[in-house]
Amino acid sequence: MTYNVLIVGVGGQGVLLASRVIGEAAMREGREVVMSEVHGMAQRGGSVSAAVRFGKGALSPLVPKAGADLLLGFEPVETYRALAYAKQGTVVVTDVHRIVPMTVTSGNEKYPEVGELLSAMRKSGLKVISLDATQAAEEAGARVTVNSVLIGAVSTLVEFPLKEGTLRSALMSSVPAKAKQINEKAYELGRRAALH
Amino acid sequence: MAVAATYPGTPSSEIGTNLEALSQETGMYFEYSTNEKVALEVGAAAAASGLRSFVFFKHVGLNVASDPFVSLGYVGVRRGMVILTADDPSMHSSQNEQDSRIFARLANLPMLEPTTPAEAREMTIAGFDISEKLEAPVLLRTSTRVNHARGIVTLGEAKKVSLEGHFEKDPMRFVPVPAVARRGRVKQLERMRIAKEMSEQSPFNFESGEGSVGVIASGVAYAYAKEFLDDARFLKLGFTYPLPDQKIRKFISSFDKVVIFEELTPLVEERVIQLAKEEACELRVLGKLSGHLPMAFEYSPETVTALRGELKVKEMGRPIQVEPIDLPNRPPVLCAGCPHRSTFYAVKKALGNRDAVFSTDIGCYTLGINPPLSAADYLLCMGSSVGAAGGFSESTKQKVIAFIGDSTLFHSGLPGIVNAVFNDHRYLLVVLDNGTTAMTGHQPHPGTGRTHARPTPPMDIEAMLRGLGAKHVQTVDPYDLASTTSALKEALDRDAFSVVVSRRACPLALMRKAKLKRSLYAIDQAKCVRCKTCLTKFTCPALAYDGKDVSIIPEMCIGCGCCAQVCPKKAIEVRK
Repeated sequence: MTYNVLIVGVGGQGVLLASRVIGEAAMREGREVVMSEVHGMAQRGGSVSAAVRFGKGALSPLVPKAGADLLLGFEPVETYRALAYAKQGTVVVTDVHRIVPMTVTSGNEKYPEVGELLSAMRKSGLKVISLDATQAAEEAGARVTVNSVLIGAVSTLVEFPLKEGTLRSALMSSVPAKAKQINEKAYELGRRAALH
Repeated sequence: MAVAATYPGTPSSEIGTNLEALSQETGMYFEYSTNEKVALEVGAAAAASGLRSFVFFKHVGLNVASDPFVSLGYVGVRRGMVILTADDPSMHSSQNEQDSRIFARLANLPMLEPTTPAEAREMTIAGFDISEKLEAPVLLRTSTRVNHARGIVTLGEAKKVSLEGHFEKDPMRFVPVPAVARRGRVKQLERMRIAKEMSEQSPFNFESGEGSVGVIASGVAYAYAKEFLDDARFLKLGFTYPLPDQKIRKFISSFDKVVIFEELTPLVEERVIQLAKEEACELRVLGKLSGHLPMAFEYSPETVTALRGELKVKEMGRPIQVEPIDLPNRPPVLCAGCPHRSTFYAVKKALGNRDAVFSTDIGCYTLGINPPLSAADYLLCMGSSVGAAGGFSESTKQKVIAFIGDSTLFHSGLPGIVNAVFNDHRYLLVVLDNGTTAMTGHQPHPGTGRTHARPTPPMDIEAMLRGLGAKHVQTVDPYDLASTTSALKEALDRDAFSVVVSRRACPLALMRKAKLKRSLYAIDQAKCVRCKTCLTKFTCPALAYDGKDVSIIPEMCIGCGCCAQVCPKKAIEVRK
């Protein structure tokens, strides 16, 4: 059986980095791993997604619709946009911090209430872990550590098949030496927020 | 390999990033060429001189390189040469989704088609051997889901390479005047006969699995079919030109029904249908031509599951009911502080109510298509802005403005400029010079003053334009909206070919090099009259509106100061 992770967010948030950390952790545990991501024009502040699939027989670089075991969202609207990939039993981990797109700031479209998005997800029967990862990252010392906060949150899931220690060490080897400390803190804050 | 060359383009650009480092380590020669045609010519000459070469670009790059590519199929190479094309089914970052496999047939060159990153490595290595046996380059055809996929790849050791090639003269082979080309043509056909035998023997064309239905698949389409189908026997095709006819004949003979999984053009499918006819076997061939599978766009796991009924599809997860909520769209946008936005804004100002055609080009600035800038009316390919602007200027009475970036200018803008001077086209060319190849990851180009490895004298764009015969060349700083607007206005009022070079470094590139000097702007809410001019006309993503007040998002603002120039009430000011 394969375990499928879909990571979504906004270009520039660290979605690709998060996918690499999870992929690296899976590889360190000796799993077969396939990953895919989108680059280029989509990165300029647009919606981005990345897939990590691991386990025996994982070959397709894309997560099938209704196939994600874990949906990791860096932004609440983007998390909701990806729900076609969720299935019964999917665990959703999402940042609640909004990144308001230009379509909204220019007054042409509306940004829905985050609470409404979260309760609709829960009503669909999904297990939803929501946290203000952006705020936690700022508390840790830098907004760019939001990806460490979210990976910290993932590490607490009983459903997630990789060991907490592997995830932590894969994360730490992905960050520059001088940023280790704040990323450690961000990871811990993510764990704490998810366990609450 | 000893020599590698490219012009960056998604989804092939990351190969260059890796070769930058690898070339330092191994002594391999690597260059960012000015365009794909030049890259291919550099690689061809190396392979004719006894050095292995590797040339790579995105699928439309192969169009640019197609002229030497086809002739290279006549003269061939002496050492291995692999040419990688990165196709982009679904057009994630491209203007078309052409199937480059057709080029292998056009040029009579062998082709390999990997499914995974690990197989891409194996096929590159095998490609050099095949190339050396046939004395012809090998086309390695990848696609976005192979290029931007990751998987476990076991690397070999990076060996030091020698650049001591020597070109043995043989004009009767390498100078295809008609008499020589005719010989080359005969040789090429003989070579393809041998290539077909190699394809029959190739381990990249293999059978696997057991089942009542036959599946023939290539590229990443194989990954979806192999993983999500049950009760199927597979013929995976990796050496896809020439196709292994005997292997296919043998495979289809044991089935009543065969399904073909390949993205874009039904090349394998057409061949299978033809072979089935020759064998006079009663075979149902399911694919694009039978209407079972889509011709347009990339495949996905859903392409496979749509064939439930015809095929045994593995159990998938059970979908959930999701309450439909209107979600705002999030298209890609020009970054906060992007100088292109300021240039477009100034162009609109300078134009006023005049009717104008915007002939744009390929780069971040193509995002100028979005309203309210709406600064893109026509685009074909790299460099098309200039040639097309000439056509518009001769065909219409509208004002014509061409936009081209610095890297694209060097890539393929120059002949169009010479044409404009030669034929006296009357239009305004705006060179959006941000000092880098921004969209693909900030690769160097002839104007940047460095290659990936060392400093180089930067090409002086203004001197180059004047040298090409442009009489009116002016340079502006787009962060100074007033003087940019007046220079543009002056150029527009002149009924002649005029160039305005709008020069400002890409802030994203500066940020990555930690060279961006930021200052922070903020809105004085007492002065702001909520006219939202900044939001609706300038549309910088660092501006936010909460339904009541307009504000500047401090972590996004880079302090270009342009919104302050746009504000009619002077309510935006620098804070630090």
